[in-house]
Amino acid sequence: MSFLEVKDLKIHFPTDDGLVKSVDGLTFDLERGKTLGIVGESGSGKSVTSLGILGLHKGGRARISGEIWLDGEELNGASAEHVRGLRGKKMAMIFQDPLSSMHPYYTVGHQIIEAYRIHNDVSKQVARKHAIDMLGRVGIPEPARRVDSYPHEFSGGMRQRAMIAMALSCDPELLIADEPTTALDVTVQAQILDLMVDLQREFNSALIIITHDLGVVAELSDDILVMYGGKCIEYGPADSIFYRPEHPYTWGLLGSMPRLDREPTERLLPIKGSPPSLINVPPGCAFHPRCPYAERTQGKAETEVPALTETEGGHLVRCHMSRDERRGLWENEIKPVLETQ
Amino acid sequence: MTEPNYASEPLLSVQDMEKHFPVTKGLLKRQVGAVKAVDGISFDVFKGETLGLVGESGCGKSTTGRLVTRLLEPTAGKVVFEGQDITHMSQGRLRPLRRDMQMIFQDPYSSLNPRHTVGAIVGAPFRIQGVQTENGIKKAVQDILSLVGLNPEHYNRYPHEFSGGQRQRIGIARTLALKPKLIIADEPVSALDVSIQAQVVNLLEDLQNELDLTYVVIAHDLSVVRHISDRVAVMYLGKIVEIADRKRLYSSPMHPYTNALLSAVPVPDPKARKGRERIRLAGDVPSPLNPPPACRFHTRCWKAQEICKTVEPPLGEVASGHRVACHFPENAVETPAATAAAEQS
Ligand SMILES: Nc1ncnc2c1ncn2[C@@H]1O[C@H](COP(=O)(O)OP(=O)(O)OP(=O)(O)O)[C@@H](O)[C@H]1O
Ligand SMILES: Nc1ncnc2c1ncn2[C@@H]1O[C@H](COP(=O)(O)OP(=O)(O)O)[C@@H](O)[C@H]1O
Ligand code: SF4
Ligand code: SF4
Ligand SMILES: [Mg+2]
Ligand SMILES: [Mg+2]
Repeated sequence: MSFLEVKDLKIHFPTDDGLVKSVDGLTFDLERGKTLGIVGESGSGKSVTSLGILGLHKGGRARISGEIWLDGEELNGASAEHVRGLRGKKMAMIFQDPLSSMHPYYTVGHQIIEAYRIHNDVSKQVARKHAIDMLGRVGIPEPARRVDSYPHEFSGGMRQRAMIAMALSCDPELLIADEPTTALDVTVQAQILDLMVDLQREFNSALIIITHDLGVVAELSDDILVMYGGKCIEYGPADSIFYRPEHPYTWGLLGSMPRLDREPTERLLPIKGSPPSLINVPPGCAFHPRCPYAERTQGKAETEVPALTETEGGHLVRCHMSRDERRGLWENEIKPVLETQ
Repeated sequence: MTEPNYASEPLLSVQDMEKHFPVTKGLLKRQVGAVKAVDGISFDVFKGETLGLVGESGCGKSTTGRLVTRLLEPTAGKVVFEGQDITHMSQGRLRPLRRDMQMIFQDPYSSLNPRHTVGAIVGAPFRIQGVQTENGIKKAVQDILSLVGLNPEHYNRYPHEFSGGQRQRIGIARTLALKPKLIIADEPVSALDVSIQAQVVNLLEDLQNELDLTYVVIAHDLSVVRHISDRVAVMYLGKIVEIADRKRLYSSPMHPYTNALLSAVPVPDPKARKGRERIRLAGDVPSPLNPPPACRFHTRCWKAQEICKTVEPPLGEVASGHRVACHFPENAVETPAATAAAEQS
């Protein structure tokens, strides 16, 4: 059994407008020391997934089903109390907006010290020394002085680093980073990504990085999971996903982004339309209203949800087209256009 | 394709422009300092071209855009549009010029009035400017809606009924109403999803060709800026540190900061991460309240020498159309004349 195994996870929210199927049958696993990248556009269910794994929907109105196995222990069936006890030490999270997870009235140091002492029976002095250490490790200058600063006295990049220091202070075995660098400038983003990689190596933790940026995912991930409308539409080793993608949505994402590592193209190749609302997910294949190949599947695209099937070693695709058809399209039509334009 | 015309007079010329926001204290609002948001920048924009303006948060990009369109008064310097100095022109005299110069904003949500229909929003410029249209305003508005890829029948709908990408199209439609010559787009795609970003980028390119538009595109995304621009200016702490045509800027960047920015962009290729040496910049951008003296980048630059802390490097031309403000530029064939001069003085 893998360190983390998520099986058929569903997180639905009943609302006045109808049932929001934010996460609709997600299955993946992750080993210690490895990184999973989850990519998708806004509203595809990425954040709901990460909060779900940490048990943060428990007690709310969410309807959760499926299994979440962390280090041999099932968490979806476990009590909210028990899962709370695992947060911090066993698993921790870094959010997009550091202010939302840091208390404005307490100093940064105070918050790290408290977090550390929940899981470690040590004196305040020892915890403070640990907090200063952690701040130094994440690259905060003069940590012994800055430990007494308030969150608002830090710049955006420093706050993000302080939050990482807090998340890592108890050296969690699973770290989930939800858009950790989206609000940051590229040079600061580079610092933070380097930092996460270094710390992950050192602690051998399992890392889930959630983002809409394919560049960030490529930089860090061993495996990649692409989400669309609450479902996984393609999943596999990073190399397979980037060099032999088989889902039309993944092709669309690749065609949409201008790339600095290639000669500039004349034209971007966007996906038509916009991402679906999760209250009204299109029937059948959720991507069919935007898919240029929808008519190839003889009406099935509009009526039947395609199954997630394996195409090669651990690479799964959710599409009605046959494997040969998808590979033919990629090799003969998509890849040449993306690479030579 | 429209080709930029570099031979003629520039459409827009910005000369030594400064914007210092006073920082005040106490009841008497005593001025205790100034945020040097834009601190002496000059550039030209030629008809038919797209000039990209990049740099990190707070470096003065939006302030530059708002100075050029006279939404802000500059502290010093000049803005010349079509040969006319508009720096201190009165609002009354500016009015006809406002038609020629329009701005697109980052946030497609807050920049549209939620209580007005699309028809009213896109038609407002006609009404405000009292423009006569051949078949009535409604027809003119519907034509613009089709032009930006919106359904003309959605004339009576409200902004909240549209997705983010569609709202950005409405914002673009509004700026096009009066057939402007120059459009300043401040982060036009950064709030949009990747697949929608590409739609809007293509739309901006199509409109440029069809309507003969000139753009200044402000963005922090270096890949988008390369894709869309003919020339690119890089800003750091209120200054332009490098400006060149896009090919030179991206293939042989000379300012250390430009090099650092480019090396920091993650590329969507898992193999690339292994071979790549990234330039790690230390720390954050210093505060524009108290920018470092001389070369503002010296506190983070790995090439900094004594002279960088005492003599400000001028934005000197090192090759045709390629200007860089650095004493020790990268990718330089020889020491630029500017450095030699600075060293002698
Ligand atoms: N009205 C104002 N009063 C005081 N300071 C201001 C004002 N407007 C902008 N500034 C400051 O001027 C500097 C430049 O701001 P500007 O908005 O131009 O940055 P930017 O390059 O557009 O950044 P971003 O990428 O975050 O949009 C910043 O330090 C900002 O805080
Ligand atoms: N508490 C909630 N109640 C109802 N709907 C929700 C709730 N939280 C999230 N959603 C919906 O679930 C979908 C997925 O959201 P999210 O996971 O935040 O997307 P993202 O992929 O951008 O992180 C969205 O349609 C969102 O509106
Ligand atoms: S199932 Fe059909 S509509 Fe869906 S991605 Fe595949 S080809 Fe496109
Ligand atoms: S002038 Fe000096 S400090 Fe400034 S960028 Fe050039 S080398 Fe670096
Ligand atoms: Mg999210
Ligand atoms: Mg701005």
